[in-house]
Amino acid sequence: MSTSARPTLEIPDDHWSIGLLLICAAIAAAVISPLVWVFWQASQVDLEQAIELTTMSQTLGIIPRSIALMVSVTILSMIIGGPLAFLTGRTDLPASRFWTITAALPLVIPSYIGAFAFVSAFGPHGEFTDLLGIDVPTIAGFWGAVLVITLYTYPYVFLTTRAALLSMDASHVDAARTLNATRLEAFRRITMPRIRPAIAAGALLVALYALADFGTPAFMRLEVFTSAIYWEWGFGNIEFTALLAIQLLTVAAVVLAIEARVGREVKPGASGTGTRFRLGWLRWPATIALAFLAFLTLVVPVVIFGIWLTRDPSVGAGVAFRPTFAINSLYLAAAAALVAVIMAVPVAYYAARDGGILSRLFERATYVGFAVPGIVIGIALVYFGANLMPALYPTIPLLIFAYVVRFLPQAVGITRSAVLQVDERYSEAARTLNASRFGSFRRVMLPLIVPGVVAGGGLVFLTTIKELPATLMLQPAGLETLVTVIWHANETLSYAQAAIPALVLIIVSGLSMLIIIRQERYHVT
Amino acid sequence: MLREHAPPNGSSEEARATLEHPLLRLEGVRRDFGNDCALQELSLTVYEGELLTLLGPSGCGKTTALRCIAGLENLDEGRIILDDEVIANADHSVPPERRDVGLVFQDFALFPHLTAAENIAFGIEDWPREQRQARVHELLELVDLVDQGSSKPGELSGGQQQRIALARSLAPEPAILLLDEPFSNLDEAQRVRMREEVRRILKTTGTTAISVTHDQEEALSISDRLAVMTDGHIEQVGHPEAVFQQPRSRFVADFLGHAGFLPGRVIDDEVDTSIGRIPLTQIRGLTEDYQGTDIDVLIRPDDITALPAPPERADGQVIYRRYLGPSVLYRVKVGDGVSLETLHNHSDQIDLDEPVSIHLTAEHELAWFPREGDLAGYADDRDTSN
Repeated sequence: MSTSARPTLEIPDDHWSIGLLLICAAIAAAVISPLVWVFWQASQVDLEQAIELTTMSQTLGIIPRSIALMVSVTILSMIIGGPLAFLTGRTDLPASRFWTITAALPLVIPSYIGAFAFVSAFGPHGEFTDLLGIDVPTIAGFWGAVLVITLYTYPYVFLTTRAALLSMDASHVDAARTLNATRLEAFRRITMPRIRPAIAAGALLVALYALADFGTPAFMRLEVFTSAIYWEWGFGNIEFTALLAIQLLTVAAVVLAIEARVGREVKPGASGTGTRFRLGWLRWPATIALAFLAFLTLVVPVVIFGIWLTRDPSVGAGVAFRPTFAINSLYLAAAAALVAVIMAVPVAYYAARDGGILSRLFERATYVGFAVPGIVIGIALVYFGANLMPALYPTIPLLIFAYVVRFLPQAVGITRSAVLQVDERYSEAARTLNASRFGSFRRVMLPLIVPGVVAGGGLVFLTTIKELPATLMLQPAGLETLVTVIWHANETLSYAQAAIPALVLIIVSGLSMLIIIRQERYHVT
Repeated sequence: MLREHAPPNGSSEEARATLEHPLLRLEGVRRDFGNDCALQELSLTVYEGELLTLLGPSGCGKTTALRCIAGLENLDEGRIILDDEVIANADHSVPPERRDVGLVFQDFALFPHLTAAENIAFGIEDWPREQRQARVHELLELVDLVDQGSSKPGELSGGQQQRIALARSLAPEPAILLLDEPFSNLDEAQRVRMREEVRRILKTTGTTAISVTHDQEEALSISDRLAVMTDGHIEQVGHPEAVFQQPRSRFVADFLGHAGFLPGRVIDDEVDTSIGRIPLTQIRGLTEDYQGTDIDVLIRPDDITALPAPPERADGQVIYRRYLGPSVLYRVKVGDGVSLETLHNHSDQIDLDEPVSIHLTAEHELAWFPREGDLAGYADDRDTSN
């Protein structure tokens, strides 16, 4: 544009940077704000009362029970997930791709769906007893919760371990074998050191999930932090819930601190093709084990809900299914996804492109939802509404805000990696072609990261549909969604009404798996 | 023929004959990266309509210099002036989009989500629709890719991508165009063809351009002027032939290819060397004033010929031989720690260790350097950047 007036010397137009910084700071502050309300509410309890409440026999049961649940689930998940990763990643297992997907799928199905199915399928009055005519043991209480949470969280260990196995150069194992190491020794000395960090990383995710899980303990009538907070809130014991929330946050913080030290990144290495372990006759027991697992986690719930579908839905005290419930769910989830995407783009872009301390800090702040259990976010916003903005509680905007806080990390994560994949030179090229910083962002960066942004939004959308604790606590009067119908069906034992919502949730789960596979975050295929 | 060219330094009115209007000036530019000095005391003038090449080994700062001119890097010292306006100094920097400077990236950086035509139109978005389309078509014609306008960058060959990238940068009619290692991503055959092509396009459009490369053949063959860079500053600027024949320093002599330094002493009207006496008239700017001083004469492979000779009449022996296809490169040891290289027709056959006599066949003036010193004997202290 040699015809236009030549620009004179001036201070670089940094309004863009300052604006971006302020927007990100505001988003970070908004996302962290719920935590402030938990601490504020807890600080309202005077010390004497706090000590009394903490040493109450009820509390003394909750803390060890919650930790025991977390530890048991974590250990069991490693026992299941580790060997499965080896089976699908390193052996000549037949149809290993298929089994990889069936083994990974439970990750996206909320565990309370499994809990709901198991509670009603097993036991003296359960569906299986009716179906088979023999007595099937009850699945409930502590071990019931351990079993169900494990079945739906072991994929974390499975996938991180499998990614590590696939990324390691298998020819190293062959090299060890040529150096006279036995198969077992090669595994111990070559493979194990390589996958140990991955197993630990997966295990910590499992621990965090087990600790934060609300639905399963609630369905199993097991009093741990999450279920206790919900029940005590129902009785109006505000002080007690605040203390429980603080205690839960403390344990979660410890888990996260350990996780931060282990690190979650699995470094991609040269994935050379080494000799695969020959299963021989072992392939049949292995296949049967995988099939049994898929049967428990995937087939049982679908069959149970399928049976209910054939029942008369007007029986029971609950509300019969109406399409409005699904529409409400979709509407809330779409709103949450939209808000999350709008908030994620500046934060992710700034974090990926700036690399400064502030941008990192803001990005980290948006990960609150990853670390803070949903029940705590729910109770925090209840405090906020009750104390500060009675007009907002319970309303749809507050509920959507809760969803955004919980699931923003998913959108930020995917968007950030999309930004990182865009060659920085494209932006520079745009600027030498006379595009402003905002112009180059809008015309070059944005079109290139759209797939990532959409995937992030899609994941938020699908996970929001499945969200239980915050939905229950912040549900505006009369606004039923798929999950609240399931919850009430369980309370009133009117199972037939839960059949459609539960099946819809399973389909939704399958869809979110598709997005995760396409983003290749876990190298599923 | 070489004498028609003015020396790169000094009173070079003749060399400036076509260089009338200074367009871009860099004055004492410094740019630090952490503790490293990427550019220091970099001064350079670029004249309207010329194609200037920045040549230097990797890490010499030439790409950083381009990025400073484009506005993608800030300066720590000095200033850059484009068309009489200061566009950057240590405190201020006009953002790249307002500089009127185009840049062709090393890997082209074509936007993958846009077609070739849309890429070209990117910088002229604000033009009226018809004018814009006409401009895009004109440029597609210029780079001879009219039928590829609707292709995505991924569907184009390397050479085609390069031409689109060039067209894209030319579209907004920048005052000056920068090319960062423009041919390094092309294969050998395309590279030679694209050099000619790019030069043709730049000359057709009358574009002032700075190209950056580490390939001396490319620099010598396409540039109007050449600027040799090392350690973040410019060592010598001038016409390619002048820089090649009259390098200002040992670094330039060496970097432009196979320099041999033959020691000698000025005696009467000759220089006495181990391969014989060379008349002072054949050495540039060397007079009898230097009587009795030790010097090094710059000898390039095409300046001498080696012939097999009996040991008593030989000047040295062949210590290395490299077959290059059409020609053979011999390295001849002619004294303690001194070896010269010579390029022969491939049909010549001299064996390793064979004694040879060296014959000076050059018909041009030779360059020389004082024994203790990096600057050429004819170089003065004046700034040679212009």
